[in-house]
Parts: sequence; structure tokens; C-alpha cells
Amino acid sequence: MKTLQHLYLAALAAFMATAASAQEAPGLDDKINQAFADATGPFVSFIFAPFPGTGFPWIVGWLVIAATVFTLYFAFVQFRFFGHSISLVKGDYSDPNDAGEVSHFQALATALSGTVGLGNIAGVAVAIGIGGPGATFWMIVAGLLGMASKFTECTLGVKYRNEYEDGTVSGGPMYYMSKGFAELGLPGGKILAVLFSIFCILGALGGGNMFQANQAHQQIAGIVGDYPGWITGLVFAAIVFAVIVGGLKSIARVTEKVVPFMGVMYVLAALVIIIMHADQIGWAFGQIFAGAFTGLGVAGGMVGALIQGFRRAAFSNEAGVGSAAIAHSAVRTKEPITEGFVSLLEPFIDTVVICTMTALVIIITQQLIVDPATGNYMLNEAGNAIATVDGNSGVSLTSAAFGSAFSWFPFILAIAVVLFAFSTMISWSYYGLKAWTYLFGEGHTKELVFKIIFCIFVVIGAAANLGPVIDFSDAAIFAMAVVNVFALYFLMKVVRQELASYAERLKSGEIRKFEH
Amino acid sequence: MTTKIVIGLDGTETGERAMAFATDLAKLIGSCELLVAYVIEWSPYTFQTPEENAQRHKRREEEVELATSRIVTPAVDALKAAGFAAQGVVRHGDVAETLNAITVENEASQIVVGRASADGIKKRIFGSSTQNLVMHADVPVTVVN
Repeated sequence: MKTLQHLYLAALAAFMATAASAQEAPGLDDKINQAFADATGPFVSFIFAPFPGTGFPWIVGWLVIAATVFTLYFAFVQFRFFGHSISLVKGDYSDPNDAGEVSHFQALATALSGTVGLGNIAGVAVAIGIGGPGATFWMIVAGLLGMASKFTECTLGVKYRNEYEDGTVSGGPMYYMSKGFAELGLPGGKILAVLFSIFCILGALGGGNMFQANQAHQQIAGIVGDYPGWITGLVFAAIVFAVIVGGLKSIARVTEKVVPFMGVMYVLAALVIIIMHADQIGWAFGQIFAGAFTGLGVAGGMVGALIQGFRRAAFSNEAGVGSAAIAHSAVRTKEPITEGFVSLLEPFIDTVVICTMTALVIIITQQLIVDPATGNYMLNEAGNAIATVDGNSGVSLTSAAFGSAFSWFPFILAIAVVLFAFSTMISWSYYGLKAWTYLFGEGHTKELVFKIIFCIFVVIGAAANLGPVIDFSDAAIFAMAVVNVFALYFLMKVVRQELASYAERLKSGEIRKFEH
Repeated sequence: MTTKIVIGLDGTETGERAMAFATDLAKLIGSCELLVAYVIEWSPYTFQTPEENAQRHKRREEEVELATSRIVTPAVDALKAAGFAAQGVVRHGDVAETLNAITVENEASQIVVGRASADGIKKRIFGSSTQNLVMHADVPVTVVN
């Protein structure tokens, strides 16, 4: 274990040195990017490799199959207990004597602020741009199935968390892997936990940090004009440092308040645009259903639409990745499964509501060009995506769709993207920290080391064009899912016992609402 | 049967006047128990960072400990020293709702509170805790100026 720790630290140091020198010596950028890409390439290609003979990445299949298995194994728990989940969030079942502890609502809001972000704005535009309106249908299907994955992992996260004498808690997949496997007499739990923690740290520094900093810089540069990325990086790093090291909670609190507000405003704006085009709602849904099963001329046809939809849902709501299990384990509840119920609302809000809103706005404002002769979508010159009105894709496609109704909306959207990026960073700094302390132990100095590394990566992420590094970080996040889902298959029977016991007590009236 | 009176404290000097009024009342009533309550303003619908969530239980215990040792215990001790039957309680929640809930649970017959100090815009929009208590309490409320 000690040797492993040293090896890991050495690898991380080398990784940092590579990235840092990429920033200091711009002439070497390409060479270093290339060297890094060569070194990590096999891992990245392995994670995103397609099933033989198809363009379908196996990791997306892995997540969707897992979500389907959990949905069937728990007999559609996400639909049977949907109403109960909402009652829990409303606090109907909260004991008034527990007032002052983390509420179900707070745990849900915290976990959501880690997942709602670029995926909902930029990612959906990419999916619709390539897979056509039909991708929306498959995205919703994947979101609904993903609810069962979240339910499973978050229940386990709370059940097997560590509670310390000083009253703080640590939980997440690494704890249910080691403690859960030991309880069932299965070998290898510790190894899985260490693997998961390593991927989680890399994912936190990459997708949860560098990618966010990079996108935030691009948004700001898009408004005020181009300027060096390290300036954005330093400002962001200083704010992140103040929050996670300096304990300056006020900034985090402001963000955590503004982010949900932005989220609600985004959905409201989308609703207003949809209502403005009320006469086309039927047509838009027609396009979504027709596209889901025929593709309406998109590259890859129906399968193309399906891949894009599934992929976007999996990438956006993180169901099966294990990150939400870390966030949810802070709740003090006598029934771990209640946290599972609450967490199943996340993919619903993130994917089924917010992602669908983005998709509908893009479709209904007719950003995608239809060939009037065939009724099919026209492909762009490269033939790999649907032609759009101004040739937009990604964030700019979403921005153009909203901008066609409200000319000022792109500015609000840019602010939202920056704030979403910041709150995602704060969430992932915590996920990474928990994995770090699992590997190296709790302690002020050890935690400080990780937090400082995290801040350095904010600067690197904003400053450099690190395509291969970002590919690698995304791959690390999905590598978390490989390890996590594997463990969930072994531990799901524990959740089934909890579910059976809880459902029985709920039916018998032993668990009942409190009078408030 | 013993009459119970809830005294809501907020850590300011108006609380002391509420105490003085309640003790006068208790002397007139005779067989009377005083329940000193302090509510820590808290809502289950705020937004927090993951780290705050992880430390919440610890913070809650600290908050309860602080309110008990600084405000409630000294008040209860003073009442006992003056010969009254007294108990203390510290809770988290919305001040008006929680004071009323404590009253109902303990079958107390009235609530005595000090007038809360002004609190800017928030008060203009939502009204003060005292106003809310007066409007919604299930028992008579005395507000001491």
C-alpha cells in the first residue's frame, strides 16, 4: 500500500510537471501534448472504444445496461417511489427533532449543483446537432433508467459511510466497496476502492476542474475578447483557494444560491420560448418521435440518434459514476434508503427536465435546417452533423437558439456557464478530496496538499489547450463508472433487502409522516 | 394542574424583560412551570457546499452547546434560584413555528417573548419572527417591549 502511494504520487507529480511545462513553454505545447497523448492514448481509446463494427462506445453501453439491470432488479423503483421521493424532499417524513441536520433537500441540491452544468447546455446541443431531434427521445429513456443507478449507489453510500467521533462523515463508493465487500465475505473490495479513488482523483482534477476552467475561460473570452487564459485561471484559482482552503464559505454560499436560481431561470426561459412557439409543440414532439426511430436523415440513422442520446444522458447526469454517492453520504438519516429515493430525482431533474428543455428550444426555434423536398435534415458539408442556421454547434448552438427569442439571453447564458463551472469545481474538489483522504488518510496537511494541487490545476486548465489531457480526464471519470458499476452488481442485493424492509414498514404505517 | 409558560429568548436584552414579565406572571398564577426556549434560525431549504454538509452534524452540536451554555442554562439557573420550576430547550428551525411547536408539545398555556429588533428589508417583506408568532400561534402570546 505504501509503495503504491509513492508510485501514485510520483506519477501525479510527473503529470503535473508535464502540464505545467506545457504552460510555461508555449513552443513546446504541441510536443508535450503529443507525448501526453501517446502515453495516455491507450487508456483513453480503451475507455471510449466502440463495440466492434459499430460506433457505439462500450462505456455508454456499460452504463445503460447497468441502469436497465437496476431498473428491472428493483422492479421500476424510480416510478413506484417517485411520489414518495418528493415527499421526502419536502420534509414530510423528517423528524422535527432532527432539525438542524442536513436535510434531504439540501443533499439533493448539493449533488445537483455538481451535475447540472455544461452537459445540460453544450452537451445537449452536440447530441441534437449530430443525432437530430430523435436523440432527445433516447436521452430521456437513458435519464429515466439512470434513476435506478443513482438510487442504488446513493443508498449504499449512506449505508457504508464512516462517521467520525468529531461528528463529521466520509462516504462514497470507496467505503461501500471496502466495507460492503468485507461484510458479504467477498474478496477484492479494497483493491476496487483504491482503483476507484485513483480514477476519482484524476477525474476531479480533469473533468471536474481543468475542463470546467477551460470552458469558463472560453465563455468569458467570447464576451470581452481574447486574452491569456492564465489570467482567468489565476482569478478562478484564487476564488477556489479562498473557498476550499481559506474556508471562505460566503463565496461558496453565494454561488450555491445563484446556481439554482440560474437553473430555474434557464428552465423558465426555455418554457417561455416553447410557449411562444406553442403551435409547433406538436410538430417538435413529432420530430422527436419520428427521429428516434428513423433518424430523419441524420448520420447513422436511428442508431446514430440512439448513441447520441444515450451518451449525452450518461455524460450529463453521472448516474453510475459514483460521484453522487459521495455527495449524498453527508445526510444523517436512520434509513439509508431514503437518500437513495431522494437521489433518484437527480437524473430526472438533470436529464429528463433540463436537458429536454434545451433540446426542445433548439428544435422549436428551428436551428436545424430541414430539406423542404424530403422533410429530412440536411447534413453539413463535412457530413458528420446536421447543418444549422449559422453553422453553430455546442454552446453557441444553444446560445443562438435562446438568442433567437431573447437577444440578451446569450449574456445570461455565459454568466450561467461560468457559475455552473465554478460550482462543479467546488463539488468535485470535495469528491477528489474524499478519494485522496481514503488513500492517504485524514489529516490537515494531507488535505491541504490535495487542495493546493487542485488550485494549481485550475490555472493549468484555463491556460493551456490540453486536448489530450482533457480526453484523459473524461476517460478517468468514466473509468470510475467501470469500477463502481462492477461493485454495484455485487452489492445490489444489500439494497434490495433495505428496499423490501422499508417498503413493508411504509405499508404497515411504522414509517409515517410527521406533523409539522 | 400546573400552568406552563414558554419564554422565548433571542439572546438580547428584550429577552430579559420577557423573563421578568413571565416571572411576575408566574408569581400571580402560583403553581407554574417556566419553559425557557431558544430557537436557532435554520431552514431545511438552503443551499450548501458538500463540505458544509459533511460537517453539519458537528456544527449543529456546537450551535446547540453554545446556545445552551450561554443563554438557556444561565436563564434556567436564575429562575430556579428565584424559586421557580424551570426547564430549558434549544431547537433549530423557523423561530415562530418552532416556538409554537414547543408550546403545543409541552401543553403550555401561553408564550412570552421580547419584541425582536428591526431587521431591515427582510423584515419588511416577510415580517418579523414576533409578528409571525403572534399571527400563527395556537395559544395567547405576550410581546414585551
